[in-house]
Amino acid sequence: MTKITSLADLKKLKADLKSKIELREKSDSPEGRIQVKVAMATCGIAAGAKVIMEYMLEELDKRGVDAIVSQTGCLGYCFAEPTVEVVIPGNEPVVFGYVDSKKANEIIEKYIKNGELLDGIIPVNYQKID
Amino acid sequence: MAGKSGKSMKDISLHILDLAQNCLTAGATIVTILLEECLQDNIFQVSIADNGKGIAADVLPRVADPYFTTRKTRKVGMGLPLLKQNAEATGGTFQISSEVGVGTRICAVFQHNHFDRPPLGDIAGVVVLLVGANPEIRFVYTHRTQTGNYTFDTAEVQEALDGLPLNDYNVMQLLKGMIKANINALKSQ
Repeated sequence: MTKITSLADLKKLKADLKSKIELREKSDSPEGRIQVKVAMATCGIAAGAKVIMEYMLEELDKRGVDAIVSQTGCLGYCFAEPTVEVVIPGNEPVVFGYVDSKKANEIIEKYIKNGELLDGIIPVNYQKID
Repeated sequence: MAGKSGKSMKDISLHILDLAQNCLTAGATIVTILLEECLQDNIFQVSIADNGKGIAADVLPRVADPYFTTRKTRKVGMGLPLLKQNAEATGGTFQISSEVGVGTRICAVFQHNHFDRPPLGDIAGVVVLLVGANPEIRFVYTHRTQTGNYTFDTAEVQEALDGLPLNDYNVMQLLKGMIKANINALKSQ
């Protein structure tokens, strides 16, 4: 990985980055992309959510999956942290609990890539209003 | 990475990640993080300020009470009490001020050389995660030591990147490297 130390360095790499990103992103609208949301409240962070988020970012990139990784607040599943919510366009959101790197790997390989459901899904009994 | 697989609030950067989440929940669009290290005065100070919705005056004195939470909005919980406890364990202080409709400011002071002061941890990683996960929010992170300052500002980076997404993994890795190099340069001077 190229090392940079300033904004000027960053500017120099712009063209290179742009071509990399264009190769990967097939869809412009966020609704058309897979969303991976890591719960990042005190409970999640204390249970290792930062490590899981970094794992997700790195592995999705490595495996060429076009997804947006973001963070959410506490969903109320503090007992099952770290939790990860995955939204595949056209499907209901699914929340996975007790996510470690092994589980995160399964989420990517089985659920995101193949649509297979896994153990460890937290039943969600609410509908998002927004 | 803190301790065993990065679990629990063992370092200051994880507290910052946690506090920033409060700012986002409060609807902030600008989050300012300031870290000041002064070996001469033996101070390690963390301040975080936002322009979110603020905390009502009657609620404010209770936010550092672990048994108090606003539940519905999940604005507070264990996060602030843990930070307060960690700061006070080093003989430091914890302060919070807020105004409804204006924003909230939190300041935790640790004794720099105290045995119980948590290490800073992976602050570059935390800043980049926050920026990448919330590209629409402006984060301004300043690290100040006796030898100088380093400031990372989402707005400046966005300008330099000219429309490239901040939530791309390659971009995030570059930014992380940039922050790390600058903080290391501050420390080695």
